[in-house]
Amino acid sequence: MHDGAGLPRDMAQAPEVLAPAHVGRWFGVLFVGLIGAWILHQLLTNPGFQWLVVAQFMLDRRVLAGIGMTLELTVLVMLIGAVLGIVVAVMRLSADPLLGLCAHAFVWFFRGTPVLIQLVFWYNLASLFPELSIGIPFGGPKFYEISATVAISSFTAALLGLGLNEGAYMAEIIRAGLLSVDPGQGEASKALGHRPFQTFRVIVLPQAMKAIVPPTGNQVIGMLKYTSIASVVSLQELMHSVEDIYNRNFETIPLLIVAALWYLILVTILSVGQAYIEKYYSRGWTNSAPAAA
Amino acid sequence: MSIAMPAAPLVRIINVWKRRGQNLVLKGVDLDAGRGQVVCLLGPSGAGKSTLLRCINALEVADRGTVEVDGAIIGCAMKDGKLYRMRESEVSRQRADIGMVFQNFNLFPHMSVMDNITDAPMRVRGESRAVARDRAQDLLGRVGLAHKADSFPRHLSGGQQQRIAIARALAMSPKLMLFDEPTSALDPHLVGEVLDVIKDLAATGMTMIIVTHEVQFAREIADVAAIMANGVIIEAGEAKEVLTQPSHPISRAFLARSLREGH
Repeated sequence: MHDGAGLPRDMAQAPEVLAPAHVGRWFGVLFVGLIGAWILHQLLTNPGFQWLVVAQFMLDRRVLAGIGMTLELTVLVMLIGAVLGIVVAVMRLSADPLLGLCAHAFVWFFRGTPVLIQLVFWYNLASLFPELSIGIPFGGPKFYEISATVAISSFTAALLGLGLNEGAYMAEIIRAGLLSVDPGQGEASKALGHRPFQTFRVIVLPQAMKAIVPPTGNQVIGMLKYTSIASVVSLQELMHSVEDIYNRNFETIPLLIVAALWYLILVTILSVGQAYIEKYYSRGWTNSAPAAA
Repeated sequence: MSIAMPAAPLVRIINVWKRRGQNLVLKGVDLDAGRGQVVCLLGPSGAGKSTLLRCINALEVADRGTVEVDGAIIGCAMKDGKLYRMRESEVSRQRADIGMVFQNFNLFPHMSVMDNITDAPMRVRGESRAVARDRAQDLLGRVGLAHKADSFPRHLSGGQQQRIAIARALAMSPKLMLFDEPTSALDPHLVGEVLDVIKDLAATGMTMIIVTHEVQFAREIADVAAIMANGVIIEAGEAKEVLTQPSHPISRAFLARSLREGH
């Protein structure tokens, strides 16, 4: 401490701290600018892109129908995945060894086999079980019976294949989220007299959501594009609609651009939605309010 | 013994045993807490104090022995002379009448202070929002935090969080309050404000069982003191006697050490 401690000092006398010079950044700007210019030049002058054809098919009825199917499939698959995921995650974390084993087996099987195989498998279920029925197995009575070829359309095959697979992945995401919640939270909730389901729904799950939402957003975005794999069971989603069109008019590149642009638009919308949901579940965790006095 | 039965104690812990892994953490513990009494549990760490406290609201279930609160066995049901563990949903009904305050506060971080306090009365007791909020506001006033109803726990100091946690437990109108080292996670200068709230509560006649390291505080507040070591109660009785003239050498050493450390 010098003699003038506590007295106001002259600010101009204190040496200012400056940012270092960024010589390398100018080379970076030049390099990135060059690549950007080349991409723009190609987009504008390469006749292969055929922007007029792209524009013509962007709002084509078949393309829009394909988008509708893609969205419908994504929403339903994610719903199935989330519900299955919660159930399987809770089973896996339960103290009951039988439930735990079943959950483990589910995740092991559906995460361990390629979706493509599962899709085609469900689509061809009729060759394994010509008749689907609900009843007592090993010759017991049947309450309900339906032909497999009627029950399994390309839509139900896609729903089953993608949904079961998604359930296995969501189970792991949700399990990780539930494990991230401080065990003291569940204890405090129990001590207040909350029943087990109330403790789960009101205290544990909302806090787990903070860890569950970001990877789930990732899954939704992935699934939106992954539904294109359902074209192998000839489901008329976006990719299959576009394939149908270019198989007839041979405008492959422009139609692939149409599909890519639409996927990009939809993913952008989803990303914005995800940001809002993440903000909601970080309630009470932000530093926006002043700290305690 | 006599025809005029003395009021039965509110809490009766009878021969409780608990094993965790290879260790016996409780080895046949007996303890009573009369109505309106303040019982302080002291002793070196690892003695089993917290485990015993957690057996009283069945956050842990004893392997042997019973805990009775207000005449009802907690966490178990007697059937044909044998004890069977209750289902969780049945235990939760018993827990609603027993308040608990934790070392780490365990406020719900995703809820405002008001929601922390009103959630259980509304959800568990089925109280209306208006009634629950009124009482929450009263309780916040009692712990000196009436202006913090809309804050989130993370924005409060440890002492404030613990006072909110006490208000949250009281909102259920419990017949018994359990405190598990309520000041151990606090900065030294915040301990006083929490102890003051607990003292006020003792003055209202609330039955309390408190696990604490604060010997000085225990002397001021406790009617009964029990000192635990290695899973047994080595000494229990009137607080003034136990905490000033302990007879067991371990209690003597423990109290001497605690007082030297300035508690």
